[in-house]
Amino acid sequence: MVFEVFRQERKGQPFQHAGALAAPNAEFAEAWAREQYGRRQESEALWVVPRDEIRAVHDFPDELHKTYHRVDGYSLKAKLKEARQRAESAGALSARADLP
Amino acid sequence: MDARTQEFVEEVQGGGHVETSDWMPEEYRAKLIKFIEMHGNSELMGVLPEREWILRAPTLQRKLALTAKVQDEVGHAQLIYRVVEDLGKPRAQSLQDLVDGKAKFHNVFHYPTKTWGDVGVIAWLVDAAAIISQKALLKCSYAPYARIMKKICWEESFHILHGRDVILTMMNGTDEQRELVQEALTRWWGPLMTFHGTAIPADEDPMVFWRIKSQGNEEARQQFLDGYVPQIWELGLTVPDPKLRKRDDGVWEYSEPDWDELKRVVTGNGPKTAERLDLRRRFLEQEAWVRDVVLADAA
Ligand SMILES: [Fe+2]
Ligand SMILES: [Fe+2]
Repeated sequence: MVFEVFRQERKGQPFQHAGALAAPNAEFAEAWAREQYGRRQESEALWVVPRDEIRAVHDFPDELHKTYHRVDGYSLKAKLKEARQRAESAGALSARADLP
Repeated sequence: MDARTQEFVEEVQGGGHVETSDWMPEEYRAKLIKFIEMHGNSELMGVLPEREWILRAPTLQRKLALTAKVQDEVGHAQLIYRVVEDLGKPRAQSLQDLVDGKAKFHNVFHYPTKTWGDVGVIAWLVDAAAIISQKALLKCSYAPYARIMKKICWEESFHILHGRDVILTMMNGTDEQRELVQEALTRWWGPLMTFHGTAIPADEDPMVFWRIKSQGNEEARQQFLDGYVPQIWELGLTVPDPKLRKRDDGVWEYSEPDWDELKRVVTGNGPKTAERLDLRRRFLEQEAWVRDVVLADAA
């Protein structure tokens, strides 16, 4: 069986994938993981997970082009330019209206 | 080359990363297996010259440090064979090919360790030469391999420290101890100079083509010379090569290493090849019952 090992380096930090190991069962996997990733006190904690239990997702189709989920879905630059110009000319008009 | 392969080549040459589940050309997979398997074999065989000194280490502290180094190297072999296994070659097959003499391992592990001086020179300079190659592999296009290299390089740096400490202690000791270090350096210089392989230009190296390796052989050797020759000289040791010098342009000149010897040694005809493979084979057979019991229990 193949187990994937995730390791937390310091308290509060995210667990990061550290590597994989082969073991006949979870108990052996834990022992191997301790030897490989913990014997220099380099880890705060480990997660030892059977590879088959991991559901891997690789594809993220976006048929509807849902750009509103993304930063590049908002092109403010052109709109802002137009809005500023509008505000400026409106300001100029009202400034003129103040004249006697 | 078909369009898909072409696209793959452009991707890896442009710095792209390949994962186990990604499509890859068969040639790339075969090259990876061969290269990574040899690395695993070298980690595993590399502990044998040092293992011989665990019982003869001069102090308890050295014995423990040497044992820890051996454990590290076997751990590297485990991590590396795991990567090979995910590429399609089972570990049992890699081990069988190794003991059958069908697979290669690094030239430096085919030589005897005559004295404690050799143990110091190995941990300091052989590990130094190895870490130069392994650091370059952090940029390997095959990402699972590059990822384990991070942990491996971290542990290798301890080995260099351990080796340097052994050497410095001996150099600060008696004339006899200094003599042992000098003799060991003289013995190991030849194998160290051929360690990184012939000066094949990077653009003709198939391993560089697939960006399995990103560093040319000569580049690695120059880096080794530049980093370590000054450290050797400052201790008053002599490198057994009268031509060795650093040119004004920063390039190191050296006598042509013995490439015939390299070829002879890595094809299984080194002074200790047969004996060490015998030992590996014996342990593989002797411990088969452990695997049988554990795997039967797990099933
Ligand atoms: Fe190693
Ligand atoms: Fe090492």
